[in-house]
Amino acid sequence: MSRTKTDFWVGLFVLLGAVALVFLALRAGNLSSWSFAPTYTLSANFDNIGSLKVRAPVKSAGVVVGRVAKITFDDKTYQAVVWVNLEKAYLFPKDSSAAILTSGLLGEQYLGLTPGSEEVNLSDGDKIRYTQDAVVLEQLISKFLYGSAEKQGAATPMNAPKVQN
Amino acid sequence: MTPDNPITRLGGWVRSQIDAIGYFARFFTTLLSHSGIALTRPRLVSQQIHFIGNYSLLIIAVSGTFVGFVLGLQGYYTLNRYGSEEALGLLVALSLVRELGPVVTALLFAGRAGTSLTAEIGLMKAGEQLSAMEVMAVNPIRRVLVPRFWGGVIAMPILAAIFSMVGILGGWVVGVLMIGVDAGAFWSQMQNGVDVWRDVFNGVLKSMVFGITVTLVALYEGWQAKPTPEGVSRATTRTVVVGSLAVLALDFLLTALMFAN
Repeated sequence: MSRTKTDFWVGLFVLLGAVALVFLALRAGNLSSWSFAPTYTLSANFDNIGSLKVRAPVKSAGVVVGRVAKITFDDKTYQAVVWVNLEKAYLFPKDSSAAILTSGLLGEQYLGLTPGSEEVNLSDGDKIRYTQDAVVLEQLISKFLYGSAEKQGAATPMNAPKVQN
Repeated sequence: MTPDNPITRLGGWVRSQIDAIGYFARFFTTLLSHSGIALTRPRLVSQQIHFIGNYSLLIIAVSGTFVGFVLGLQGYYTLNRYGSEEALGLLVALSLVRELGPVVTALLFAGRAGTSLTAEIGLMKAGEQLSAMEVMAVNPIRRVLVPRFWGGVIAMPILAAIFSMVGILGGWVVGVLMIGVDAGAFWSQMQNGVDVWRDVFNGVLKSMVFGITVTLVALYEGWQAKPTPEGVSRATTRTVVVGSLAVLALDFLLTALMFAN
């Protein structure tokens, strides 16, 4: 086989490999969802973040407006500090509140932003003051169980005289 | 102290194993130190990419398609029980990109390209072509081994990427076109779950390591082969056995390191 012919087939082979890599990165992977828009950073304290992870989406009204940048632990207040990068195009009032929510019944956790009503907007480095922790399923269930047990406990003395009658 | 008492034999066996590891490591460093020729005469390498890569393309593409088909069918069968068929795309893509792509490609690569490298070099040795080269003051390591080494190292990640792509398309054909999983959910679940760095890049890294391993084993076995028909046939067998086992062991190690957290 002549040299140019070999070179052509090798070139085609390498090209096919490059196409495969681009396919894996863009079509199968999440490279296309990486946004390179300029961002600003906010922080928020939570008593419990559940299983929120770095790079989880930050959503407002269901639209992705940013990503969780990092999660640290503050040993002064014993709270989790969540740092989020929001896209500069989206501004939120100073009294906006953040909540850790779950998409679907067992889906991934994300940070939900609910806008407030103040005139001044949050800017780079600010802290979101109103936060709502993640709902931990076990705590919810135990609250419910203890709640119903308490009700029964309260109900028995009232029932007891009735039985005597 | 007879030479065939069991303790002496055990000691001899251990020493010969250590010898083999030493030879192998020196073989690797010699190859690397002579690698300059790959830059000064790149055409030698591109010829080997053609020989190793292009000719393996068909078996890689066909196997990838069928692995994708089977993943689609089998994944649907399992996921259907939990009512989460939409995750089929994620299952197919993650298994291919992280594990099956690099590993199955490396196993096929050892069988298709590794054996031909070993047989070629072993027969060159048996035909005294390597000695003839040395007589003509051509270094056979530079002229014969180095281009084949880099050809294999470059071809392997490309083949693995093609395998993964074709496999995902195969899963798509079975899942979306034949079974009727929603196309939007198939792709969007995949894009949500597959991370470019953690999954795709680590998969490529794995395939590079496997490429180095398999090519090196193949060249080493050919270089060390006894220059007889029987020796060459043994060396070819050992390439497949040692190469495949090394790939599987390394895969376990790399998976434990890369995806531990």
